[in-house]
Amino acid sequence: MTVRLKRMGAFARRNRAGVIGGGIVLAFVLAALLAPVIAPNGASGRAGDPFTEPSSAHLLGLDDGGTDVLSLVLWGARISLLVAFSSAIVSVFIGGAIGVIAGYARPWVDGALMRVTDYFLVVPVVPLMILIGFLWGTSVTSVALIIGGLSWPVTARIIRAQVKSIKQRTFINRTRALGATPTRIVVRHILPQVAPLLAASTALTVGNAVFFEAALSFLGLGPSGQVSWGRMIDNAFRGSAVGAGAWWAIVPPGIAIGLVVLGCSLVGNSLEDRFNPRLRVNHLAPRSRRRRAHAAGD
Amino acid sequence: MSRSRARYVLVRVASALLIVFFAITMNFVLFRLAPGDPTTLMSRVPSADSSVQEALRHKFALDKSVFQQYVAYLSQLLHGNLGISFADQRPVAEKLKESIVNTVPMVAIGTILGMLAGIASGVVAAWRRGGAVDHSLVGVSLVFYALPAQWVGLMLIVTLSGSLPSGGMTDPFLIEPSFADQAQDYVRHLILPVTTIMLLTFGQFTVLARSSMLETLGEDYVLTARAKGLRNRAIVLRHAFRNAMLPVVTLIGLSLGGIVAGSILVETVFSWPGIGRATYDAVIARDYPMLQGVFLVFTLAVVICNLLADLLYARLDPRVTA
Repeated sequence: MTVRLKRMGAFARRNRAGVIGGGIVLAFVLAALLAPVIAPNGASGRAGDPFTEPSSAHLLGLDDGGTDVLSLVLWGARISLLVAFSSAIVSVFIGGAIGVIAGYARPWVDGALMRVTDYFLVVPVVPLMILIGFLWGTSVTSVALIIGGLSWPVTARIIRAQVKSIKQRTFINRTRALGATPTRIVVRHILPQVAPLLAASTALTVGNAVFFEAALSFLGLGPSGQVSWGRMIDNAFRGSAVGAGAWWAIVPPGIAIGLVVLGCSLVGNSLEDRFNPRLRVNHLAPRSRRRRAHAAGD
Repeated sequence: MSRSRARYVLVRVASALLIVFFAITMNFVLFRLAPGDPTTLMSRVPSADSSVQEALRHKFALDKSVFQQYVAYLSQLLHGNLGISFADQRPVAEKLKESIVNTVPMVAIGTILGMLAGIASGVVAAWRRGGAVDHSLVGVSLVFYALPAQWVGLMLIVTLSGSLPSGGMTDPFLIEPSFADQAQDYVRHLILPVTTIMLLTFGQFTVLARSSMLETLGEDYVLTARAKGLRNRAIVLRHAFRNAMLPVVTLIGLSLGGIVAGSILVETVFSWPGIGRATYDAVIARDYPMLQGVFLVFTLAVVICNLLADLLYARLDPRVTA
């Protein structure tokens, strides 16, 4: 147990950025879960005059409808993060499945799946989301499905490449020679190897999904009837917070989105750095740093 | 042009055409999958009665089989007919043409400036990996990478709207403007949206160029160059930089989706009368034919830029066509 703790400590020291990022995301998740307890007001209803400046009673002031901005940020975190995490799960599930199948199956299956992946990689995703959201409606579920259903191609590509390389290794050949079925090889031997990359993809996709939610909400296609950070920015824009000079109604949701996206990309990138060996060597670095990078590797 | 290069170009062009064809089909299929008869959606024009719906049914051949409908749709498209806008009954193609003309200069200037600045700062950051310069450049670029476009635009308006116009493309109240006045007015309106797009692209490309440089600096020929006793400056600029830019060229293709999204949001914030603003207006007006047209235009733009990036890549790196 202590050895394990020590190892975790060493890991945390090497991946300070990742740990900080994880902390940021975790803090927002906690804030979202605890919103009913810690939010000073509800997510709607007047707490005073519109655009009241920040004060000790309302730390972040009031918005165009006279609603407490701090409460809105906390309640909005629930919808923004719910949409982000559920669409990331959808996306990583689709991307992981397509990546593993394409990487492991026969060349013609691979070819067909990669053509589809290329299409979704190239096509401008936000206009497509707008088109589908417009037709499907904008409940929390459909927004999460739309975002998740259109952001998997990068994951699929990364996982496919990794599966292809693992497939060539000796231990997989040996396992196959021992009579293991393809399903068993994939589940027992390949999935554990790509798990860190799946985790990295999940983190990066959560960040992207927060963006997409904000973009869709700003265009009037976000989760309808719900407060989210994207909706708050939209409200500030349409409710003329800019004209009123009410910066406190605009700044907080943007900072919240920025922090979550930043946290997610720190986590995702430090996982990727850790498991992508190509990024580890730098011949230009002073020798001491190079040796340390090697030592940190394995 | 060698035979293999001709083949490469041919394959790229064919796959670009295939993607456009996919997008067109997607437009058709999505429209079919919409709840209800498509004509109820289309005839939701103010002052439309059932005869309009009948006319539309006939026009779009809805009394025929799905396959015949698809063929009819394709032939309409080939004749440049993208339908009629619900919002003002003008042809969609005509409206799109006007908005594209307004969008291209703004988005192109912002994107190119942001790309150049981002590549420069990414290279410097990789060169000084782990140092204070690296940390601050990465920090700044991550901040802009992490912030939503519409919010950055709103913040620029909040901080700078006193001195610069915060919306529109021209000032309609100029009295008998000379050409120079008009040009100056246009440039003043251009500054804030261009800056927003530039900041967003800058963040993205710093991160891309930095990681590509880092990968290149791990290559053996960099070690060789170092062993030859070359200076760091020569290694970075002459050996690493050129090779590191190859993946960045392909990544331009992947970043286009983000640029499209950014331009929709930025044009909405700054009321720039381009294709992004047209998208927003179409959503608000429930103008489906216009949305379909916008999606098609964005797809074409992205596919063409991707094709250009691929061809540029083949020119820069002869290995891909060898």
